[in-house]
Amino acid sequence: MNALLVNIDWAEIGRATLDTLAMLGGAMALTVVLGLPLGVILFLTGPGQMLRNRVANGALSLAVNILRSVPFVILLIVMIPLTVALVGTSLGVAGAIPPLVVGAAPFFARLVETALREVDKGVIEASFAMGARRRQVVLGALLPEAMPGIIAAATVTAIALVSYTAMAGVVGAGGLGDLAIRFGYQRFQTDVMVVTVVLLLILVQALQMIGEAVVRKVSHR
Amino acid sequence: MISFDAVSKTYAQGGGRAALDGVALSVAAGEVFGVIGASGAGKSTLIRLINGLETPSAGTVRVDGDDVAALDVDGLRDLRRRVGMIFQHFNLLSSKTVAGNVAFPLKLAGMPREAVKRRTAELLDRVGLSELAGRYPAQLSGGQKQRVGVARALATGPKVLLCDEATSALDPETTEQILELISGLNRELGLTIVLITHEMDVVRRVCDRVAVLEAGKVVEIGAVEDVFLHPQSPTARRFVREVDGPLGGEPGEGAAVDGRLVRLTFRGDATYRPILGAVARETGVDYSILGGRIHRLRDTPYGQLTLSLTGGDVAAAIARLTAEGVRVDLLDGGAAR
Repeated sequence: MNALLVNIDWAEIGRATLDTLAMLGGAMALTVVLGLPLGVILFLTGPGQMLRNRVANGALSLAVNILRSVPFVILLIVMIPLTVALVGTSLGVAGAIPPLVVGAAPFFARLVETALREVDKGVIEASFAMGARRRQVVLGALLPEAMPGIIAAATVTAIALVSYTAMAGVVGAGGLGDLAIRFGYQRFQTDVMVVTVVLLLILVQALQMIGEAVVRKVSHR
Repeated sequence: MISFDAVSKTYAQGGGRAALDGVALSVAAGEVFGVIGASGAGKSTLIRLINGLETPSAGTVRVDGDDVAALDVDGLRDLRRRVGMIFQHFNLLSSKTVAGNVAFPLKLAGMPREAVKRRTAELLDRVGLSELAGRYPAQLSGGQKQRVGVARALATGPKVLLCDEATSALDPETTEQILELISGLNRELGLTIVLITHEMDVVRRVCDRVAVLEAGKVVEIGAVEDVFLHPQSPTARRFVREVDGPLGGEPGEGAAVDGRLVRLTFRGDATYRPILGAVARETGVDYSILGGRIHRLRDTPYGQLTLSLTGGDVAAAIARLTAEGVRVDLLDGGAAR
């Protein structure tokens, strides 16, 4: 076993795994904090919805589309000055989080918008008929009804973030992707490559299973 | 309780065609008022104007003393607590339990938690769903879902209940149960009920009065008995025919018959009295029955017969029948002498 994995420094792998988890956790939390309201606003300002506003919706939609169409590797580099301004460095876990959030939040927002569109219009109408305010309709009916879809969207986003964190290694973010590129690829240490890939795979599997379990728990359809 | 004064509604996307066109009607407190029409006739718009889910393009809708269009946000919310609504597809929140659904309007109104619990239990008991309080809507049958809808609509103690095709998604037996529940609420709580439907049978079972809607206009309005037994408009006639079938013996239908073609309508006790035979004996008139039916409208039995009268004193026979409280319509033209 050890003969096959000669280049493996398990302490290094452990640190890299923790870095990846830290990037993922930090970026995911901020993605939800920014992306969920953005998705709700995208939905509510859409045609025929309760805050319909063609200008606001068009502008938001355009911004989301622009951010989503920039390849993540490019975004990482373009963002460097902004990242430095925000967190003081463009390196390490802290330096990776701003580009990760900017890359993932618009994606998540679109998925949230789609999940909200799936909510039965009749339920929204019934809530208004019961005397609900708009805020009560959104918080008390719309979001709870869309929750299974939103959790599924979060799962897809988290998995996309895993591959984004691997790419962030390119600009010195650390983590498993960084390890795979620097040792596995540039130094031809195939064993490091294999171990990091397996760890990333396990991470993605775990996220998917957790996501599905939560969806089952919150879905009563 | 509710009045429509020259109410029109045109949708921006509707290509200029009015969904409602100059509708005027009023619904008295404690009345069960039906609105019947084919799909696209404007029923849905009409009922949504009552609780402000739609706003009129012209005219005024008044509910419980308020001009609905003139209410501000808080006024409208307050009105909506006085006007409950149930829906064809129930529109329950799938993410909340039965109890959670019934409690929802109470929480929206800011009722304290303990009071919400008590009131919810009371409402579920009223619709016979106490045992299912912890279930989710997906685990219920259609009839049970509509009961939850009714309990939810009653939560804030409304004076008016709006029923939007409330039984159209239900099977006949369940429809009967839900209609009974609705009638009971009218009798026991004095609730004013407005229901829209495309089924004359629903109107016949529960309504006091009915308006017939056709392409956004009220083409006929009156007591259910009158509209049902003597429909004036082609639309009303078609709806009656759908539930009762053709009466038979209409002019121009079937074999030519001699004599005068008349339709007799018996209502209430007259339905069961042996009037026809007695009148025939006294006036020497012979009759042949071309078509007929006996049915009931809520608690009123009624009978309708199409007869051909020959021989004897036809005019005297018609006069005698009329005197007995039987309505006589001449189907072959000419006035009842």
